[in-house]
Amino acid sequence: MLDKIKEFASTFFVTGDPMIYGADVSIALATIGIVFVLTYFKKWGWLWKNWLTTVDHKKVGIMYILAAILMLFRGGVDALLMRLQLATPDVTLLHPEHYNQIFTTHGTIMILFMAMPLMFGLFNIAVPLQIGARDVAFPFLNALSFWLFFMGAMLFNLSFVIGGSPDAGWLSYPPLSELQFSPGVGQNFYIWGIQISGIGSLATGINFIVTIIKMRAPGMTWMKMPVFTWSVFSSCVIIIFAFPILTITLALLFLDRFGGGHFFTLDFGGNPMMYINLIWMWGHPEVYIVVIPAFGIYSEVISVFSKKKLFGYKSMVYAMFMIAILSFFTWAHHFFTMGSGADVNAFFAISTMVIAIPTGVKVFNWLFTMYRGKITFKTPMMWAIAFIPNFLIAGLTGVMLSVAPADFQFHNSYFLVAHFHSALIGGVVFGYLAGLYYWWPKMFGFTLPETPGKWAFWFWNIGFYVCFIPQYSLGLMGMTRRLSTYGWDTGWQPLNLVSTVGAFLMGIGFLFQVLQILLGIKNFRKLKDTTGDPWDGHTLEWSIPSPAPEYNFATIPQVEERDDWWAEKDKRAKGIFRKQPPIEAIHMPKNSAIPFIMSVFFFIAGFGFVFGWSFFYIPGLIGVAICMICRSFFSYDGDYYIPADEVKRTEAAIRGSV
Amino acid sequence: MAQAAAHHSHDHDHGHHDPQELKMLGFWIFLVTDVILFSTLFATFVVLRNSTAGGPGGAELFNMTGVIIETFLLLTSSFTSGLAVLAMNKGSMKGLINWLIVTAILGLGFIGFEVYEFVELVHEGANFGTSAFLSAFFTLVGTHGLHVSLGLVWMIGLMFQLKKRGLTPETKGKVSALSLYWHFLDAVWIFLLTVVYLMGVM
Repeated sequence: MLDKIKEFASTFFVTGDPMIYGADVSIALATIGIVFVLTYFKKWGWLWKNWLTTVDHKKVGIMYILAAILMLFRGGVDALLMRLQLATPDVTLLHPEHYNQIFTTHGTIMILFMAMPLMFGLFNIAVPLQIGARDVAFPFLNALSFWLFFMGAMLFNLSFVIGGSPDAGWLSYPPLSELQFSPGVGQNFYIWGIQISGIGSLATGINFIVTIIKMRAPGMTWMKMPVFTWSVFSSCVIIIFAFPILTITLALLFLDRFGGGHFFTLDFGGNPMMYINLIWMWGHPEVYIVVIPAFGIYSEVISVFSKKKLFGYKSMVYAMFMIAILSFFTWAHHFFTMGSGADVNAFFAISTMVIAIPTGVKVFNWLFTMYRGKITFKTPMMWAIAFIPNFLIAGLTGVMLSVAPADFQFHNSYFLVAHFHSALIGGVVFGYLAGLYYWWPKMFGFTLPETPGKWAFWFWNIGFYVCFIPQYSLGLMGMTRRLSTYGWDTGWQPLNLVSTVGAFLMGIGFLFQVLQILLGIKNFRKLKDTTGDPWDGHTLEWSIPSPAPEYNFATIPQVEERDDWWAEKDKRAKGIFRKQPPIEAIHMPKNSAIPFIMSVFFFIAGFGFVFGWSFFYIPGLIGVAICMICRSFFSYDGDYYIPADEVKRTEAAIRGSV
Repeated sequence: MAQAAAHHSHDHDHGHHDPQELKMLGFWIFLVTDVILFSTLFATFVVLRNSTAGGPGGAELFNMTGVIIETFLLLTSSFTSGLAVLAMNKGSMKGLINWLIVTAILGLGFIGFEVYEFVELVHEGANFGTSAFLSAFFTLVGTHGLHVSLGLVWMIGLMFQLKKRGLTPETKGKVSALSLYWHFLDAVWIFLLTVVYLMGVM
């Protein structure tokens, strides 16, 4: 009996690596710490009522951002471990299998559990406020999306200490990810972690499309819509076309592994290339899903901090949509070398190069917006400016990679690694950080201190170049990606060492950001944003107090112009005031525990499927079904009204007068 | 209640949105995602349809009589679900429920024949794991069957809600969405019939 338990425990828990034991201990300590603090300060009720069951888009947004920053830390530690391993030849910090797990989880976490939720967080914070709405179209579904993402991410991370991590690369190419070559549960964690959070992403896409189409304030025509909202709309359109492909791809891989199917196996007629086509039909658009909202943020930030209207608003909108459409015609450029033939390669090479045109249009628009503007160098603006040269490098190397014959040289080399990190850090992460700084006061009611923010910026930015520029050379020198170690005779040592130093500089930058947030909380009173409009903003979210009251707008604004709030401030300065409609009772959605509980059941079902334990996945699925039925039967009283008097009192309290 | 009703009357002036209108648009977009989902499965099937790995192909396996009965049942059920909506629009609860019951019975018949077809195939040794072609076949047809089954559960649940709540804007919206979903499954089946069965036996 005891032997059996021992045997089970040794396969169930990941053993044999001091780093994992360290993680075990720190997870246990962190859990005990959280439970203790919540109990000691009697905060369980508060946590449940204000956060776990909330359907308020602003709180959902904050939870997304918190979780994403946590995942940035996890993915970042993975990156630093890899760079330590590669700093000099013949390092034995990580054995090859562990190294495979780390590059797999680094990629998956950074794209799906860091970039996506950070993006959704910013969607949630900004979009309803920018369009003058009280909430998203489906607040319940919005909360459900968040919890599905969260439980999916937790399931994926659990693989680190239970069962073993996936190690077949961030896109899990078969046949390596098939049962034959990956018999452990790691790939199952990959499939279910992503599948569960993917359902949430799809729902978010639908939710924001409906919100933007239907819930814009009266008078806000499409061409008066803030450019960030436009970018969200473009991104969501890609989501609804791309994510179902991912759902099916992962489902088919699961059927291969779990049900003995032969979609992607090497025998019985299976076709691994089928998977690679499918995953990139989602995967390439995914890159644009995460980068287009960043373009939206740059547009907002650059125009606000240049004190000018955005140059070429319409061309910006068309460019974003053009990119969204073209993103679906480029997937095969990820495998030019796999023998699709010259015609296919030529088609995908050209459609890839074409994307440079709308992207170029956007860059010139940003530059012309800054031209003759009164630029103030606050942290959001610094990130936005730093993005432009970074993205120029990413774009130029991208065009180099898109030349199919040349790609036979670059394919799977460090050149490629450098390129996509330039695009994803220089483009996406810089953008989201700019957005985070920009909307921080709207979220929390205080601005972040600038000095540590600038330190963070310089460490990140210099570290970025020091880390990735050498990697372009390493790629041309023949260093391939996914390499766990190399010999002295390769001559790659000096550049690798430089690259590692750069990675650690970025790590220090992250620490400065943590410090910045801590200092911000400490000096909360001094940094308080009393105006609601700390940057002299252009769009509606800056017309209400910071942080926004739960109903957002006491009266729904009547929009007359693009950059409506900026125009209105102008008019107010001239003594022209708009007539405010009377305050009335406000219709609000009620909190609900179902999204949280349903996601927990999804987690249980996912965990059951990972191990093939029917006593987990059957109750899990039943729980999900019961939650859905409950929701359907009790959805008739899911709202309430805030009385007009209460709205008036709240407004008076936060604005200091009526 | 009076307050709620009063507020419904000037929806358009103060940014209160008609929840049913939002839900219908959301549901249409959901159907778009479902189209993509099925398209991906169709693409997979088309790529793998000749990968029989020496096992049986569509021409040897498919029993067209059963498939034609299934088609007849599903198409008729789509028609009756339309009649249910017509009855609802006339305000006839009885007609609505009755047509929904007819629709559900026809749908159930469809599922019954499909399950029978699957069991027959497995008996003949054509399993999910026999070849890539059969994996793709069972997955594509099975996903459609799963959609129909979920639609049936939804339909039955909705009948209970209709009994309890009567015809309100919410329940009407749910019936409309269900009917849309049912017609959509019908359209998918037409493609299934063509691409999987007719092209399979040709």
